[in-house]
Order: sequence, then C-alpha cells, then structure tokens
Amino acid sequence: MDREIAVETGPTPAPCPQGAKVLIADDEPNIVVSLEFMMKREGFAVLVARDGREALETIRREHPRLVLLDATMPGMSGFDVCEAVRADAEVRSTRIVMLTAKGRETDMARGVGAGADAYVTKPFSTRELMQKVKDMLAEPPAGSLPA
Amino acid sequence: MGPALSPALVIGVAALYLAVLFAVAAFADRRAREGRSLIGNAWVYGLSLAVYCTAWTYFGSVGRAATTGVWFLPIYLGPTLVMLVAWVVVRKMIRIAHTYRITSIADFIASRYGKSPLVAAVVTLITVVGIVPYIALQLKAVSAGYAVLTATGAHATAPSWWQDGTLLVALALALFTILFGTRHLDSAERHEGMVAAVAAESLVKLVAFLAVGAFVTYGLFGGFADVWARASALPGVTGLLTLSGAGNFAWAQWFSLTLLSGLSVLLLPRQFQMMVVECVDERHLKRAAWVFPAYLLAINIFVLPLALGGLVLLGKGADPETFVLTLPLAHGAGALALIAYVGGLSAATGMLIVETIAVSTMVCNDLVMPALLRLKLIRADGGDLTRLLLNIRRAAILGVLLLGYLYFVVAGEAYALVSIGLISFAAVAQFAPALLGGMYWRGATRLGALGGLLGGFAVWAYTLMLPSVAKSGWMDAAFLTHGPFGIAALAPERLFGLSGLDNLSHALFWSLFVNGVLYVGLSLWRAPSGREASQALLFVDVFARGRSAADPVFWRGRAHRADLEALARRLLGADTARQIFEEHARDSGTGDVADLTADARLVDIVERRIAGAVGAASARVLVAAVADEEPLNAGDVMDILNEASQLRVYARALEEKSRSLEIASAELSAANAQLRTLDELKDDFMSSVTHELRTPLTAIRALSELMLDTPDMEGEQRQDFLRIIVGESERLGRLVNQVLDMAKIESGHAEWHSTDVDLKALVADAVKATAELARTKGAEIVLTAPAAVPSVKADPDRLTQVMLNLISNAAKFVPAQGGRIDVRLLADADGLEVQVEDNGPGVPPADRDTIFEKFRQGGDALNRPPGTGLGLPISRRIVDHFGGKIWLDQKEGKGACFAFRLPLRSQGANAPTQTTSAEAEETT
Repeated sequence: MDREIAVETGPTPAPCPQGAKVLIADDEPNIVVSLEFMMKREGFAVLVARDGREALETIRREHPRLVLLDATMPGMSGFDVCEAVRADAEVRSTRIVMLTAKGRETDMARGVGAGADAYVTKPFSTRELMQKVKDMLAEPPAGSLPA
Repeated sequence: MGPALSPALVIGVAALYLAVLFAVAAFADRRAREGRSLIGNAWVYGLSLAVYCTAWTYFGSVGRAATTGVWFLPIYLGPTLVMLVAWVVVRKMIRIAHTYRITSIADFIASRYGKSPLVAAVVTLITVVGIVPYIALQLKAVSAGYAVLTATGAHATAPSWWQDGTLLVALALALFTILFGTRHLDSAERHEGMVAAVAAESLVKLVAFLAVGAFVTYGLFGGFADVWARASALPGVTGLLTLSGAGNFAWAQWFSLTLLSGLSVLLLPRQFQMMVVECVDERHLKRAAWVFPAYLLAINIFVLPLALGGLVLLGKGADPETFVLTLPLAHGAGALALIAYVGGLSAATGMLIVETIAVSTMVCNDLVMPALLRLKLIRADGGDLTRLLLNIRRAAILGVLLLGYLYFVVAGEAYALVSIGLISFAAVAQFAPALLGGMYWRGATRLGALGGLLGGFAVWAYTLMLPSVAKSGWMDAAFLTHGPFGIAALAPERLFGLSGLDNLSHALFWSLFVNGVLYVGLSLWRAPSGREASQALLFVDVFARGRSAADPVFWRGRAHRADLEALARRLLGADTARQIFEEHARDSGTGDVADLTADARLVDIVERRIAGAVGAASARVLVAAVADEEPLNAGDVMDILNEASQLRVYARALEEKSRSLEIASAELSAANAQLRTLDELKDDFMSSVTHELRTPLTAIRALSELMLDTPDMEGEQRQDFLRIIVGESERLGRLVNQVLDMAKIESGHAEWHSTDVDLKALVADAVKATAELARTKGAEIVLTAPAAVPSVKADPDRLTQVMLNLISNAAKFVPAQGGRIDVRLLADADGLEVQVEDNGPGVPPADRDTIFEKFRQGGDALNRPPGTGLGLPISRRIVDHFGGKIWLDQKEGKGACFAFRLPLRSQGANAPTQTTSAEAEETT
C-alpha cells in the first residue's frame, strides 16, 4: 500500500518556505494525524511514512527539506534512518528532527550521535515544535552541515 | 669339537660389539642433553632390570640344568615373586631414594640409620667382599668363552693373561663406565647413556640365547619332545627332571634358593642401581613388574633343551657351562656361536658396567670420602672439589674392575670363583633385615643395623666364604669336617650340629638368623637417638610426606647462608649451587638470594643436594662442620613432627577456607549478575511503560493544542480530533490499569480468589460479552463446547480477563469481510483446554517467540490495532498461576490460534470424588 500523501499546495499566509516538502515518519496513526494537520496548516507539502524503511525510501525519492522522525519504529528505527541519511551524499543535508517517547539520556545521546539536528521529547508542544521547524528551515541548508 | 674360530675374528667382533655399546650410550646421552630422553620409558626400564641375568646365568643356567636338572629354576622364581610385590616395596624404595637423593644401597641403609658413616662403610665393605669375586666371575666367562671359540684351551682353561682380550675388555668397560657413569657428580642424577646401553644389552643377550636355543631344539633336534625323548635314553637324565635331586631336604633348598634370588633382585648393588637410582618414573614399575618376569621366562625356555641336548650330542665329558657356545660350534654354525658369544659378552658387560658404577659410588662416597674427611684431607671450606671427587670416583671404577680382574687371574679355576654367584647373593642378602626392616619399622636403630650386618656377615664368611676358600685348596680343609680345633659344633657347614641341609641353605639360615636376632634385639635394647628417630620417620612415612612446604625438617641450630653456599659450590660446582639457592629463594618467596635466611629448610635442601654427590653420611659431616647445630633428642623429633602436622592441619584448613571463600564469591557475583539483569529488566520495563504512556499523551496534547490554536477549525475536523482524544484517553486509562495489574501480579501482591469454576459457563459469558465488539468488526464468534465439563479451581474474574483478552485480540486481526472467531472448549482426563482461533493473517514468524512478552504487540506499523502490549503477558501470568499453560498454536497460512490449558487438579487440590477441596488441600 502506498502510504505517501499527495502534495497539497494550499495558499497559506506564513512567511516560511511555502510548499517546502516535509516528511512525517511515525508509526502512531494519531500522532501522524496531528503532525500532518499542523504542518499543512503552516503551508508545507506533507509526506507521510509509517515505518523506518518507508521513511528512508521516501527521503531518497522525494528529497524533503525536513523530516520529523520518530525514534522508535518497527523494522528500521529512527536512529538507523538518520545514520543512513547522513551517509548518503544525495540526501545528507536533509534536516532531521528526532521525536522520541522514551526521553532517556542514552537515547538523546544516540540521536545526536546519529546526526539528528534536533531532538524533541514526546509529548511535545506543537508551538515549540513549529518554531523549531521554521528556524531550522530559515537557516541556509549548505554550510550547516560540513560535508 | 667343530672348527675353531680365529682369535682375530673373535676379538674383532667383541671390539665391534663394545664400540656399538659406546655408540648407543653416546646417542642416549646426547638425546638426554637435548631433552628428548630415550630412557623415560617403561619398556627401557623393564629391560634394564634384566641386568640381573649375567654371564653366570647366560652360561651357568645351562650348566646347572645339565648337572642338577630343574634346580636352575628358583633363581628365576624368586625375582618373579618379588616383582609381584614391587608396587608396594620397590615403589617405596624408589620414593625414598628420590626424595632424599640416595645414590646407592649403602647410602640407603646408612641414611635410614641416622646417616651413619659406620653403617655405610660396613655395607660397602660387605659389598666389596661379596661382589668383587662376582665381577671376576664375569671376566672369567668372557675369557672362557673366548677360549672355547678359539680352541686355545680345551674346556676353558684360562690362557696366559696377556693372550686373551679379558684385560682389554675390563679396561674398555672401565673407560665406558668412566665416560657414561661419571658425567656428573650428582650420583642421584640418572645415567641415561648407561641405562640405554644396558637395556640394549638385555635385548642382545635374550635374542642370542633364543637363537641358540631354537637352533639346537629345532635344528639339531625335532623340537622339545624330541630333545626329551632322546635325553631320557641317557642314564641318569630322568633324575634331572624331578625335584628329588637334592635328597630329603629338597624343599628347604628350593625355599632358600628362591628366597636368596628374591632378595638379591632387591639388594644386589646393580639391581638397586637400575631399579631404584636410575628409575625415571615410579609408575614405570607397573609395566616392569610383568616385563621383567616375562623376560626371565623367555630366557629360560631353552635352558633345559640346551642342557639335555648338550648331554645327548656332546656327551658327559663336555663342559655344560659352555654348551651355549660348543653346541653351535660343534655343528658347523660358527656364526651362531659368535652370536652366542656376543650374547654372553653382553650379559657380562652389562653386569660389569652397572655393578662397577654402583660399587665405585659406594667406595667413593662411603669409604674414601669419610676417610678423607676424618683425616682432614678434605675440609668443609676451601676450593672447588668437584673435579677431585669425580677423579676419586673414576679411580674407584678402575680399581673395582682391576680388583675383579686380579681376583680372576689369581683364583682362576678355583672353587671359590665357580661357586661365587650364589655366595654373592648370600652376602647381599645380609642387607635384607636392615633395609626392609628400616622401611617399615620405626623402632629399628643404628646399633641393631650394625649388629645385624656384622653378625650376619661374619656367619656368612665363616659358613660360606671360608669353606669355599678351603675347597679351593688355599688352606687346610680338615676343619670343614672336624670343626676348628676339633670342636665339631663349630664346623662351618654343620654349625651346632645342624646337618642335612645343603651348605647354601645352611649358611643362609644361620647368617640371617644371627642377623635378624641381633638387628631386632639390639634395636629393642636402646631407644633410637633423635637423628635415628627422625630418619626413621622420613623413611617409614615417606608416602605421607611429599616434598611440600609443610614437611618437617629435623634440624635445629644456626647456619650462615654464605657458608652453605660455599659448601654447595665446592661440592656441586658454582652453577648448580647458584641454581639451588635461586630456586629456594623463589619457592620461599624471598626475592633475592642475598636475603635468604639459613633456616632449617635451607640447610636440609643443601644437605640433600650434597648427599646426591657424596652420600648422606658424608653430607651430614660436611654440613655439621659449617653449621652450629643443636643435637636433637627423640623428644625434639616428636615436637618437630607435631609442629609439622599442626602446620599441615592449618594449611589444610586454610585451603578449605579459601576454597569456600572462592565458592561464596562466585555465588555472590552470580547473584550480582542476576540482580543487574533484573535491574536492566526493570529499566527496560520502565522505559517501555514510559513510551507507552507518552504516545497517547502526545496525540492528546498535540490535538488539543491544535484545536486551541485553530479557532476556525471545521466542525468535522474538530469532531474527529475529539474522537481521537477520547480514544487515546481510554487507551491511557487501560494502560494504567494494566500496568498496575501487571505490577501487582509480578510483585506477588495480586489478590487471587479460588473457587470452583464452571469453565463452560465462563467461556460462554465471555463470548456473549464480546459479541457486540465482534459484530462491529463484521466477524462472528462460534463457540464449540462439550455438554458439560468438570469444574476447575480458579479465580473466575481472572479467567474472564484472559478470555476477553484473547477474544478481543482475535477480533483485532479478523479480516474486514467474513471475519470468524472460533472459540473451542475441550476436556480430557487431565484438564480443560480453551482455544481461540481467528481467520486473520496469523502471527509472523519473527514475533511468535516473543508474543507473550511485555509490550510486544502483534501487527505491523501500518495497521497496528489499539492495545497496550500487556494483555497477553498478563494472561500468561494468570494461567501460570493456576498451574496451567498458555501458548500460540500457529499454523502456516492460517489465522492465529491462542490456547490455554488448565489442569483438573489445579494446584493439586481438586480431588475426584466426595473429598472436599479443603480436606484435599490439607492432604497435599
């Protein structure tokens, strides 16, 4: 089943990059619902993946600017996806916000070690998350990550 | 008589044989230096013991058999019987000798009796007197064999001494013995080359003798029966084959010969040398204990055929002692005769080499050294003595062999030489009480040993040696019959009127009688001194005392390390001395040799090592000279012994303590590891619970915030979000309940009610309760159950929980169309089984093993049903609690089938008939 959500480019008033592609990767459907609504409301083009493997495929195919990546997914974990992205020259500069429900320090360390740009603990504040996403996309993609 | 062989040929072959012998020994020595010993082998050890078979037996057995018939047999019976008890007696001798670095039989006996130089000297003197003629006899055999082969003298009349090679043989053997017997000063070390050569000689003489035997028996005769038949025709021969040959006292003679040969296999210096001193590993005795008797049996097979064959073919006039040579020679088999001669030569040289080493060691350590010490020609201080000592030993070797040669030249054909074999045996038999008694009787003393040895030796000399001298015509033989000064009671061969015994049995009886009486009597008369008592303990209890640190050391006094070191250096050489002290420094935990204190143990170690070079008695004198010693009395010895055994008890207790500590620490670390695992499990559980709680919270918070921040949200969207929030809230509540439930069960705080449950009704109720749920999924539940089932003892609420769990689980996985859940109740004699089967996709293989673990929800990420991941784990704990079992019965390509089974006598309670459950519980 193709879980990819078609890009909807509705006219939204926010100053952030209009129609920028973002990927939401989480295996919890209700969290996906909330994140999807939030991102679409801000005018992003939203893609959805339900597990790690699907997330990585989507990243390689669609080159989203940013990924909201759940750390704990069946099959391939968010950490593994993150590492794979950073090892892939074509998609290396993708911004990655890691979401985790565990919040243990070892998990944080692992997330940073895997190369995530930010690390957000569930349950998160939608406003703060949105701000973080906007800030991140405002920075120039090149130079933020040494090759 | 057939054609004689040329002297050059015979001497050449003999020289070649000796050269081979040197080569074998040199090879074995080289191998030993390379650390690949040839002699560390039970076969070599067993063969080397066959040095017992000398030229006297090689030629003499046939002679004896030809004149006295089966009387040659006891000489072999004795050793065979002794080897039966070798594991007990000989092993103890070996252990004692190796532990205390004993070098000879004189050393052994003297060491036991307080390291007495006098005892050592007496034993050595008896040995020299008894053995030198025996050495002469071997030389005579070499000479006689040569004479027979070259026909230089009819019937083995010795030629002039410079004409045959006998002196050369003696000198060659002296060279051999010096080369391979005095390689190192420490006589307690093994002489690998010599042992290898002797073992090889044992093979040569056996092969040669068997070759001649086979030639005569099967070549000249038609087998054993033919020999027998033709010999029986000769007058007087049948008498040879019966035991009545020696008259009425035949059994006494048999007994004394057997006893004599049995003792000699233990006590002859060469046997002691091979069996005890040269033994590499006492376990080799096990094989030697049958190899050696088997060897004796083999070498005796053809003795009678050769004797009888010789009598038949060569006539009564021929000398039976040379049948082994003359039989092949007379029948044109010159080469075989030469081989037979080499066999005899090997028998003689083997004996000569080993006997010379043994006797020269005794002479050097127990006669020369004490004399030099007494005369102050050697003192405890001064320069290196090793060269001097080696030269003394070399001189002793040459001296012993030349003495033997001299005796051979002088005595020649005399009766004294011919009969010396058994006379020698009787001489060394005098060692038996002192040696054997000393190994088992703590009360035996030096005085007893000295008295016994001297008394027995005196009687031996008077009753056996003196008559043989007289019979040789060297003195008036009249006293033999009339007694000295006409006193008939003192006639040497009929002492105190004891007549009717053969002279050997007579002498053996009186000498051992006097020996034994003096040994026991004098030992009992005076209590042993401290040193005698301590040595007695070390010998008798040698197996109880290994070489451990807890062994008692019977020495008290003061010594200086430097003095001991100097002494060791003088007698053992600088290298060995340094090695000894460094080893001791290491063993005692003292890092540096310079820090060693000269305590009793160090003194003991040094004395033992010096004893290996100069014998225990001389070592004692030398150590006493450099140390300030306190004499020990018997009481002190007991004190030291008690201290040592106390030490041993402490050591053992310590060992046990440390062992139990080890066990305890292992248990502790295992417990620790288990705790750590439990801790990790708890951490994982907490982490999982946190995750499971945060997930619905995340959805609730995010959706609520979004609704709050999006006032213009569409009504439908808002409704959707609210529905999700309610659902996630319910999930959260369920989760909290189940986590609490799980925690209660796991901590043992859960409440369990136990009543008789009608499982059929319970299952039916559960099906009814979930029917609505199933209907929303478009599935139907089908219940199959027998008409009635026996009741089980359980908590109905908990079982209902399990049923609801399984059915709602199944409902999550049924396909959207045509979903079906089969619930089956089965009963058999042992228990009840409930199966819940759906027609969904089944559980993927990867999840089957872990499905009952916490937070392992089935289904994939795309369509994971709502659940907490605790339903199945809780169900399992409930079923387990009632003694049942829950499992997944997954067949490929079918839906999942979860089943559980409850035993009818749950917890052993439910008795079949009128017994009430309460009573039944009491009976279990």
